[in-house]
Order: sequence, then structure tokens, then C-alpha cells
Amino acid sequence: MIVRIATEGQYRIDSAFLDRLNAIDNQLVATIGQGDHERFHNQLHELVAMVREHGTVVPPDELVESDLIVPPPDTTLAEAAELFADQGLIPG
Amino acid sequence: MGVLSRMTTLVKVKVNKLLGAAEDPRETLDYSYERQLQMLQDVKRGVVEVATSKRRLELQKAKLQENADRLGEQAKQAVAAGRDDLARTALERKGLLVQQMGDLDTQTQTLDQEQAKLEQAETRLRMKIEAFRTRKEVVKAQYSAAEAQVRIGEAVTGLSEEMADVGMALDRATDKTEAMQARAGAIDEMIAQGALDDFTSGGKDSIDRELGQIQIKESVDTELAALKAQVGAPTEPKPLTEGQPS
Repeated sequence: MIVRIATEGQYRIDSAFLDRLNAIDNQLVATIGQGDHERFHNQLHELVAMVREHGTVVPPDELVESDLIVPPPDTTLAEAAELFADQGLIPG
Repeated sequence: MGVLSRMTTLVKVKVNKLLGAAEDPRETLDYSYERQLQMLQDVKRGVVEVATSKRRLELQKAKLQENADRLGEQAKQAVAAGRDDLARTALERKGLLVQQMGDLDTQTQTLDQEQAKLEQAETRLRMKIEAFRTRKEVVKAQYSAAEAQVRIGEAVTGLSEEMADVGMALDRATDKTEAMQARAGAIDEMIAQGALDDFTSGGKDSIDRELGQIQIKESVDTELAALKAQVGAPTEPKPLTEGQPS
């Protein structure tokens, strides 16, 4: 599958990683609820690192749509919380 | 999924806005190509803006460094004159400036990262636009409107996503640059109003004046000794260099 790290670029990564990405994502949601800035920073870093480490960069001349988009690596907890504030963005 | 799905949806919404309502997809292709070039220009401007802000921070740091050096020199003179209290004041002021310089260093590093990020984004976008242009020409030459739509659909979406992403990177860089310009502006204002000057050349008023007084006292002592030697009132023997009247 194609995963984009926002503001950084796209990676092609084995779909087997989806579960692991999901697991960190669930932790992130909990952390945002708790308002723990440091843990948020660490977990987001973990998420980004997993994509960078296990994915391969999509060549610049390839034009594909992403299946999943990771927030910018420098996203703050407040910005992430804003994603949840706008209920209109919830898919489905 | 929580954050990931929301982020993905957020970007897709932006992509759909970029795509707009398609009529003849081949016309849309030309139109979007213009927007792509415009986007590329925007990113280039963003890079220049970040670089300019960085330069400003560097100039400020140089100014603070100059003041810190002067305070260090003053502290040395004060110690030589046996005035530890003055030296302490000078070093305390210097310490504050050094702190501020460390702050500027951190900000400069952040801007460095933003600049690198935008430069990479520009390269990536330029290559994608080029790839898109090639495909677009092929498709326009070979296919009818309906077929073209199918043939190039994903390329259009892929490129639009890239543009949305570059737009986001640009917005974030602009926000950071503006925040730093505001802080840099505050420091400039302090310098202009003499608040920082007070820091150092306010040092000039107190530290320099006292150091100056010590120097005057020393030269008065020397001259006095020389005069005494001239009028033949013998004092303790002195080396020739010090005894020479000017």
C-alpha cells in the first residue's frame, strides 16, 4: 500500500504493517485524549519512523494516490486534537 | 483508525477541491498544468522567504555576539583593575546575551529544516509535474475525452495529492517563519529603543565609566610621580620608562 508522510512524501509499504500502524494510531488517540504532549510526540515519531524504516520511497516521477496519510512529523498535540474537533471530517 | 483516517480524509478533501468539476478532462489537464506551475512558483517564493528570515536571525546573532565580546573584554579589564564587582556585572550581562544567542541558534535550526523540507518538496513537485506533462501530451494525442479521463485519472489524483501536500508544507513553513519574524522584530525593536544598548552600552555608562576612572587614577599617579622626580623631591627609585615625562 502507499502511505504518505504529510509534508515529506510517499512510501510504498507492505500491507502487513497496517496492523502495527493501527496499534500506534489507537495509542495516539488515547494520548490526545489525555493531553500528554511528550507521549504524543514519541508515538507520532514511532509511527513516522516505522513508515520510513520499512517503506521504500515512491519515485518522484510516479503519480499515485495514497491509501493512508500520516500527519506531518512536526504536528503538535493541539493540531492533532483539531482533527477531532471538526466532526465533519469523520469518514463514513 | 483515528488520527490516520482523519488526516487522510482531510487531505482527500483538499485534493477534491483542487480537482474541481471536470468537463472535458483534456482541457482540465491544461488548466491544472498552469496551476501546477503556479504552485511551483509559490514553493520557490516560500524557500526565499525562509532563507531571508534566517539571514535576519543570523545578523541579529552577530550583533549580540559583538556586544557579548565587548562585555567580555570589559570584564577582563575590570579584573585587571582589581574590580571583581564590575567584572561580575559585565559577565552577568554577557550571560543574558549568550542565552539569547542560544535561542536564536535554535530558531535558525528550525528555519534550516523548513528550508530543506521546502527545497525537497519543490524538487519532488517539479519532477511529478514533468512526468504528468509527458503523460498528458501522450493521452491528449491518442485518446478521446472519455478515454483520457480513465487513462490519466490516477495520475491527476496523484499529482493533486502532491500539490495539496506541498501546499500544507508551505503553509506550515510560512506559519513558522512568521512566528520567528515576530520574535526577531521584537529583538530589533529592543535594539532600536536602546533596551539592549542599555544592556551593553548602558554597561558603557557604568562599567566603562568606572574602568575609565581607574585608568585616569593610574595615569595621575604616574604623572604625579614624574613631577615629583622633576622637582627633585626624591621618592622611591623608579624604572626609566615610568619616569619619563611626556
